Amino acid sequence: MDRHIKVPLTGETASSLRAGDYVYLTGTIYTARDAAHKRMYETIEENGKLPLDMQNNVIYYMGPSPAREGKVIGSAGPTTASRMDKYAPVLLDMGLKGMIGKGKRSQAVKDAVVRNGAVYFAAVGGAGALLSRAIVASEVIAYDDLGTEAIRKLEIKDFPVIVVMDSVGNDLYETAAREYCREDGKPDTVKGERG
Amino acid sequence: MRSLSVSRVVEAVKEMCIEANHFLSKDMMEAMQKAAEAEEAPLGKQILNQLQENARIAGEDMIPICQDTGMAVVFAEVGQEVHFEDGILEDAIHEGVRQGYQEGFLRKSVVKDPIYRQNTKDNTPAVIHYSIVPGDKVKITVAPKGFGSENMSRIFMLKPADGIEGVKNAVVTAVKDAGPNACPPLVVGVGIGGTFEKCALMAKEALTRPVNKRSDIPYICELEKEILDRINSSGIGPGGLGGTITALAVNINTYPTHIAGLPVAVNMCCHVNRHAARIL
Ligand code: SF4
Repeated sequence: MDRHIKVPLTGETASSLRAGDYVYLTGTIYTARDAAHKRMYETIEENGKLPLDMQNNVIYYMGPSPAREGKVIGSAGPTTASRMDKYAPVLLDMGLKGMIGKGKRSQAVKDAVVRNGAVYFAAVGGAGALLSRAIVASEVIAYDDLGTEAIRKLEIKDFPVIVVMDSVGNDLYETAAREYCREDGKPDTVKGERG
Repeated sequence: MRSLSVSRVVEAVKEMCIEANHFLSKDMMEAMQKAAEAEEAPLGKQILNQLQENARIAGEDMIPICQDTGMAVVFAEVGQEVHFEDGILEDAIHEGVRQGYQEGFLRKSVVKDPIYRQNTKDNTPAVIHYSIVPGDKVKITVAPKGFGSENMSRIFMLKPADGIEGVKNAVVTAVKDAGPNACPPLVVGVGIGGTFEKCALMAKEALTRPVNKRSDIPYICELEKEILDRINSSGIGPGGLGGTITALAVNINTYPTHIAGLPVAVNMCCHVNRHAARIL
């Protein structure tokens, strides 16, 4: 189902989304990837103050290429989300309602999505030029020293994403691949042969 | 002996870093078009169309195809009758990368130390592979490599008894474990044989072969097709969101190996399979 929704999310909207929904997001989101997550996590451990309030917000796992003159941002597609798995559950428990990235998540993240009525969206990996057109403003708000990994506040308009994990525990990566799987039951995994 | 100024190397590497990050090669563009036509899943088809649109925008607006403009992998095939002037070849390659990533508005994604992780801010150093070849020319290939797919690459030290079935299973396993993380549709580079490091390097080199060109070795050509078929039966699909096109090609290189071994390396590459080459 195609839907147009506003971000930050409300709890009600987040929990109404279902795996497979094609969604256009409009509003404000924040970027953070590996280094910014590590720093936020350390801040939480030290009981410090985070540079952004998690409540109802959406974090986009993305580090852009530099903007050319006159442009808002450079290429701006998603990075692999699993590298943030260590940090995501704690942010979700603090009120984070949505994550945008690409690729599989851990069971702990899935559980935290369900527990908090949140959502994990995929943006199309490797479509950074196309996606940059849906970003209308960009501003570094924290961790400037991290360069491309700084935290940015983005204004987006009709930013296209697909719901992968929803608040009732669906995972589109599993169900969609199963739907198109045409294997004939051959053994297809190598067990115990690594290293 | 032919003399070649390293300033020509700087210039060529710089231009190729920019070119490879904004324009896909013709074989890749054609393969993407064919994939979009063949894909059976509606969402998969939509994604493949978006990726083609993305590539078009990249060239038109001079914005990188993907924000991960990679770590620059450079193959330098140096004719043994070439003498370099005005500096050191290796310095020239790094300088070309530095200038290309700066002037081309490419992302600086390289950290100085793998543990302490401070960004070098100019995307250097490049990873350089030299070979000495006959003649008086220098062929340089620049292949910026994104790490979403690099991270999903694997090496399997199989036993000779595992044979060709073992090889097939290893490659399919690697692709399934990669799933959506490596930004499918993929190009799968495979090395079979050699030693641990030789096999990995062959897998990387295999990615620079056009995706529409199959191996010259008849049984490897068949193997490439069969593995591609099995990968596309997995259902992973474009973006990992289900479909009949998970990979565009499987490119395999081989080398003699030891009586006790059967190394297999799988270098995963996304649909942003970038490379540019020039002969100086
Ligand atoms: S895996 Fe490839 S397409 Fe995906 S983000 Fe990395 S470089 Fe871009």
